[in-house]
Amino acid sequence: MTILKTKFSKGAAIALLAGATALTSFSAYAASPMAGETLAADQTYTYRMLDGFPSLDPQLVEDVSGSDAARDLFEGLMNQDADGNLIPGVALSYEATEGNTVYTFKLRQSNWSNGDAVTANDFVYAWRRAADPKTASPYQWYMDLMSIKNVAAVIKGDMDPSELGIEALDDYTLQVTLSAALPYFADMTAHTTTFPTHQATVEEFGNEWTRPENMVGNGAYKLTEWVLKERTTRVRNTEYWDNENTILDTVISMVISDENVALTRYLAGELDKTEVPAGQYPALKESNPAETFSFPRLCSYYYTFNLSDTGPEAFKDQRVRHALSYAIDRNVISEQVLKGGQYPAYTFTPGATAGFEVPTVPYGTWTQAERDAKAVELLAEAGYTKDNPLKFNMLYNTSEAHKKIAVVMSQMWKQKLGVEATLANQEWKTFLEVRGKQDFEMARGAWCGDYNEASTFLDLLTTESGYNDGKWSNARVDELMASAKTSSNAGVNYTEVEQIMAAEMPVIPVYHYTGVLMINEQLKGWPLSNVQQKFYSRNFYKVAK
Amino acid sequence: MLKFIVKRVASSIPTLLLLILFSFVMMRLAPGGPFTSERALPVEVLANINAKYGLDQPWHIQLWRYIEGLIFHLDLGPSFKYKDRSVNDIIAQGFPVTMTYGLWSFAVAVVVGMSLGIMAAVKHNTWLDYIAVGISIGAQVLPNFIMAPILVIVFTLWLELLPGGGWNGGQWNHVIMPVIALSTSYMASIARLTRGSMLEVLNSNYIRTAKAKGLPMRTIIFRHAIKPSLLPVMSYLGPAFVGMVTGSVVIDIYFSTGGMGQFFVDAALSRDYSLLMGITVLFGAMTILFSTIVDILYAWLDPKIKL
Repeated sequence: MTILKTKFSKGAAIALLAGATALTSFSAYAASPMAGETLAADQTYTYRMLDGFPSLDPQLVEDVSGSDAARDLFEGLMNQDADGNLIPGVALSYEATEGNTVYTFKLRQSNWSNGDAVTANDFVYAWRRAADPKTASPYQWYMDLMSIKNVAAVIKGDMDPSELGIEALDDYTLQVTLSAALPYFADMTAHTTTFPTHQATVEEFGNEWTRPENMVGNGAYKLTEWVLKERTTRVRNTEYWDNENTILDTVISMVISDENVALTRYLAGELDKTEVPAGQYPALKESNPAETFSFPRLCSYYYTFNLSDTGPEAFKDQRVRHALSYAIDRNVISEQVLKGGQYPAYTFTPGATAGFEVPTVPYGTWTQAERDAKAVELLAEAGYTKDNPLKFNMLYNTSEAHKKIAVVMSQMWKQKLGVEATLANQEWKTFLEVRGKQDFEMARGAWCGDYNEASTFLDLLTTESGYNDGKWSNARVDELMASAKTSSNAGVNYTEVEQIMAAEMPVIPVYHYTGVLMINEQLKGWPLSNVQQKFYSRNFYKVAK
Repeated sequence: MLKFIVKRVASSIPTLLLLILFSFVMMRLAPGGPFTSERALPVEVLANINAKYGLDQPWHIQLWRYIEGLIFHLDLGPSFKYKDRSVNDIIAQGFPVTMTYGLWSFAVAVVVGMSLGIMAAVKHNTWLDYIAVGISIGAQVLPNFIMAPILVIVFTLWLELLPGGGWNGGQWNHVIMPVIALSTSYMASIARLTRGSMLEVLNSNYIRTAKAKGLPMRTIIFRHAIKPSLLPVMSYLGPAFVGMVTGSVVIDIYFSTGGMGQFFVDAALSRDYSLLMGITVLFGAMTILFSTIVDILYAWLDPKIKL
C-alpha cells in the first residue's frame, strides 16, 4: 500500500520557474463549458473516498483526500491548472528579488466566507501557525523545505513564530524572505500547508474551528456537513472572488472503504467518480467505454534487496540480484495479474514524469527468453543450482493485490531458476517498522512522486534518504543527485543514475502505476492530464444527459 | 437485589482499570506508532507532535493522565489520527449510528427468531417446523459478508429500491439493509435456541399436567411455557445485544455507515492509541452493564435463582 501524500520537496519545478525575477502575472482559469454543451439542472458532484479526512485544517492536512477538500475550502497564493501549470490564486502577481531570496506577492481583493477581507496578515498568521511547535503540524518539514528565514529555529522552539521571515507590507502586499535562493518558491505556495486561515475563528473555537458551523474559509466552497468516515458536503461560497465563473453547486464526498462496494454504488448511479478495483479494468472498459479511464500515474512498484549488514550474503552478489530481476516477466504481471494498463518497469522512475526521458537500459531491450537465459547463467555462476538452491524470504504488506504479485514472482523464480522464496506478509505499521529496521531479506516497496520531477524518485536511493530501506549506497549516485539540484540539465544526471541502477540492481522495478477511474460521462473538467491528479471542484461542471 | 447491583458496579471499576492497563500495554507493544509513516518525519517535527499528545512522557505518567482525565472529566483525550476531533466527539458521532442499526437488528432478531422458534416447537415435526428450521439453518450459514453484497445487488442494482450504502443521518432507507444483514444470523441462533428449549419445556411434567387439566394450548404456551424456555435464550441475548449495538466492522464496511465497528478496527491499524482505548473502555463498560442486566432478568425469569 502506498499512501500518496501531497508532498513537495527541493528540486520541484527546478526548470519551471528558474530565474523568474521579473514581475510574473497570469490569467485566470475556471470551469469553461464548450459550445453546444447544455448544463445539467443538478450541479452536484459526488465522489468516493477511501477514508474520512484526518483533518481539514490547512496547516495540519497531510493526506491526499484532505488536500483535495482543502483546495475547495481555502485558496492559497497560487493554484494549478488542469495540466499542473501555476496560475494565480489569492495572489495576482509576484516578484522575486535579491537573487530569488525575497518574494513579494500582490494580493487581490477577496473575502472570507463570512464577508471579512482576505489580507496579507491572514497569510502571515497561517504561516507562523504552521511553523509554531504548539501547532505540531506533521507538515512542518514542508515549511522547513520552503527555506523561509528562521523557520528551522521556530520549529525547534528556539525562536518565536513572530520572527519567521514573512511580513505584510500592507493589506494586499505580502513579503517573504528566504534563507536560500529558491527559483521555484512560488510553486510551493500552491500547497495546502501555506493556505491562509482566519485568525479570529481559529482562536475562538480551538481545534473545533473546522466544524461546518464554525469554519470560515476563502475557497470556492463552504463546508456544510462533515460526518467523519461517512460524508462531507461542501456548497458554493458566494463570497468567493470568482464565484461568477463557478458552475458546480455542491460537492459531496462519500467514504466507502471497499472499492468493490464503491464500484457497485457507482454503477447504481450514486457516485460520479470512483476507482476501478484491480483486475476489473478490461471488463469495465468493454461494458462502459466512455466512463472508464486508465492514465499514467507517478508511482513505482518494486522489491528491494536488504543490502545492509543484516541482509543475506547472497544478495551482496550482484549476479544474484540481476538473475532475480531478469527472471521476472513483467508483462505477465501487468497484463495478466493487474490488467489496468500498468507499464512494465525496467527503470525506477516512471516514463510519465515531466522532463524525464526513459534511458535505454540493456535488459529492458532484451526479449524475455534472453533475460531468462541470462538469469540462469548468472545464478549458476554465483554458485546456486537446483541441488543447492537460493533461499530467501520476501516480505510485503498485507493486501490481495500484493499477494498475487508475490506469488507470481516466486513461481517465476521457482520454475526458471529453482529459487525458493518464502512469502510473508505483515500489517502496514508492523511492515513499516520491520522494513525500516532492516529486519528483512527482500521487501516490497512503492513510491508515488511528491512532485512531477525525476528526483522525487531517484533521491530515494541516495545513501542519506529516509526511505532507502535497502541501504544501498553508491557514491556516484549521491554525487549525481546532489549536483542535479543546481544543474540546468539534470536529465543527464538522471539517465546516469538509472544506468547505474540497472547495472547494480539494488531494487527490482516491477511496474509503474496507472490511475484507473470510472468517471460519469456527464461530469466534465476532470484533470486527466495532470499526473498528480490535483483537482479543484470549481473547474468541473455537469452537462445534461 | 440492590445489594447485588451495588456489588456489581463496585467490581466493575477494577475490571475496567485492568482492561485499560492491559490494553495500554498491548498497544505500546505493537510495532510502529501513530506517527510511523513511509518516510520518517524529521526529529524536531516528531518531537513537537509527541509533546502535543503527551507521548514524550514516561509510560506511567501517560497512563495516569489518561485515567485521571477519564475519571474526573470523562475525557477520552484527542484522537491521534483525526486531528480536529476528540475521542469523545468521534464516539458521540459514531455510537448513535451503531446503536440505531444495532437496536433495530436486536429487535428484529428477537421477534422473528423467537416467533420462528416457538412456532417450530409447537408445530413440532410438521411442515411449519421444517420451514422454520430450514430458514434458520439457511440464515445461519449465510454470513453477513456474503449477505451484505447480495442485498446490495438485489435491492440497489436490480430493484433500484434502496441506496447501496451511506447513513445520511439515519434515514430509514439507509437503515434497512444493515439491519437485515446484521440480524440474520442472530435471528437464526435465537430461533434454534428457542425451539430447542421450548420443546424441552413442552415435554415436561407440569405442561403435561396443564394439558391434562384441559387448559387451551394458547394459555399453556403463553402463561406456562414461554418464561422457562427463555432462560437459555436469555444467556445468549446478553452478549448478542452487546455484539449488535457495538457494531460490526463488516456492516460498516459494506454499508459505509460511519459506525463504531470500523473506527475500532481502523484505530488499531493506524495505532490511534486514544481512539482505540476509548472504544475499548466503552465496549468494556457496556459488556459489564449488559451482563448485569441479564443476571437481573434471570432472577426475574426464574425465582429459583437468588442474586
